[in-house]
Amino acid sequence: MAEKIDLQEIEVWDGNYAAAQAMRQAQIDVVAAYPITPSTPIVEGYANFMADGYIDGEFVMVESEHAAMSGCVGAAAAGGRVATATSSQGFALMVEVLYQASGMRLPIVLNVANRALAAPLNVRGDHSDMYLGRDSGWVQIDAFNAQEVYDMNLCAFRVGEHHDIRLPVMVHQDGFVTSHTAQNVRPLSDDDAYKFIGEYKPMDELLDFSRPVTHGAQTEEDWHFEHKARQHKALMDARPVIESVFAEFEKVSGRKYKRVESYMIEDAEVIIVALGSTVESARLAAQQLRDEEGIKAGVVGPRVIRPFPFDAIRDALENCKAIGAMDRSCPGGALGMLFNEVSAAVYTTAKRPLVTNYIYGLGGRDLAIVDIKAIFRELKANADAGKITTQIQQFIGLRGPKLAFFETREGK
Amino acid sequence: MVEIRWHSRAGQGAVTGAKGLGDVVSTTGKQVQAFALYGSAKRGAAMQAYNRIDDEQIINHEKFMLPDFVLVIDPALAFTDNITDNDKSTTKYIVTTHLSKDELVAQIPALQDKKDRVFVLDCMQISLDTIGRAVPNAPMLGAFVKISGMFELDYFLDRMKKVLSKFPQKIIDSNMQAITRAYNEVK
Repeated sequence: MAEKIDLQEIEVWDGNYAAAQAMRQAQIDVVAAYPITPSTPIVEGYANFMADGYIDGEFVMVESEHAAMSGCVGAAAAGGRVATATSSQGFALMVEVLYQASGMRLPIVLNVANRALAAPLNVRGDHSDMYLGRDSGWVQIDAFNAQEVYDMNLCAFRVGEHHDIRLPVMVHQDGFVTSHTAQNVRPLSDDDAYKFIGEYKPMDELLDFSRPVTHGAQTEEDWHFEHKARQHKALMDARPVIESVFAEFEKVSGRKYKRVESYMIEDAEVIIVALGSTVESARLAAQQLRDEEGIKAGVVGPRVIRPFPFDAIRDALENCKAIGAMDRSCPGGALGMLFNEVSAAVYTTAKRPLVTNYIYGLGGRDLAIVDIKAIFRELKANADAGKITTQIQQFIGLRGPKLAFFETREGK
Repeated sequence: MVEIRWHSRAGQGAVTGAKGLGDVVSTTGKQVQAFALYGSAKRGAAMQAYNRIDDEQIINHEKFMLPDFVLVIDPALAFTDNITDNDKSTTKYIVTTHLSKDELVAQIPALQDKKDRVFVLDCMQISLDTIGRAVPNAPMLGAFVKISGMFELDYFLDRMKKVLSKFPQKIIDSNMQAITRAYNEVK
């Protein structure tokens, strides 16, 4: 039986260690992993716990991330509670198997310390890997700080393993800015954490020899569409389950989470929509602008990226006048993902607030509070003019000449 | 909000120092943040680590800061890094050096109008004498406790012992000596 750790009421943990501690408390059966910066300390910390006798499960060292996720798929199909961690190129190498995991309806938890994708090689944080996974059929949950990395890991097992869902879950955190930044974290005790997550009850597990099943079968045009449609429905139907898991988590932790986190939006004229640690920095900028310049600024951060909270994000945004959608991934010849998805959501409202797109922070480029304030001021100008006064997509924090695309046609 | 910037070389323990400081500060009921700018930096490369300390939850994640304290734990970096970058009229500098304060300031033009805010000690010699290796982070913490006045020395030592509790007693004792000596020697 694994030893327990007597945690303090307040620990100072970085996001990686918070993830490793939550994984330890979840009493996982199998972790198959191939470490990569900046998620390495998650796997390292977990392996340390195992070596020190705090974990009963198996730790499988593999030869690549493709093998790591394949090992997770095998162990999950066999009927085990399974998790791993990765970043960037490792995530990219896992992609083929990510689709296998979701298609086979295997509740694996994958911690992703978000990092840029090469080339050029870069180890620092942006959301390229997170965006790469957004059509993979996984639930994607985003943590804005180390506390939330811990909390969302505990919730991720509950969501993915729910018998109405049975889907794999990613828990995202910003590489370095969250993964390597130590902050105050209030963990649950080992007993309370495990009690919240609960014992894993597998379904259709391969090791149930009394009831043989097939995993990973071939379906052509006869059944493939029905399988994928059911998978999509399970993901869409995860929305109320995620809400109920968050509600139960609030009962044990006192910390309240929603599918879309909103700050100061009740009277907000201008709102920034962002992901990761930027949500918190934007809250600080919004508060300062309210105090210093009287700009009614608010912030909206999707806690859950998939299933995309089309309903909840529309509720949060429909009454403001101008929205800045901030994407931390090179959009590759399109408008950014958040811009596209937020625009689609608010297009179905009566007031249709103005939406513009800001590309920022690629490869770990710092986003300063003054940069965020400048965005809010542009949004305020849009709100006052009743039309978009800048180009629709702008790169900010970029060296060299201004890079921006597309003019509004409003008023023409 | 108190903001601290550490100038260090990768391997000298600035990250450990910043996190150790964070651990101790968290026990006083304050919120902390400890982070570093490194990543694929090789041992010996110049790097910076940072602390933020506040009464409220810290939601600022920009790397940019206007430091209240600049802690230089490698003697050469006082000369080669821009240690006065983004400073304020109140920023205090604690620099590890074998030189006297006058000798140091005479050689660094950027410090010449800030002399009353510059404090020096020889973290390298102190750590060699006490810990037996050149690990300047522990002495710098002792100097910071003295100059910042943020803690009583005994309180800090007591908390630091808990942070280091996974290490052998000999290492804990030598770190306590290093912190105490630095506290008394910084000027």
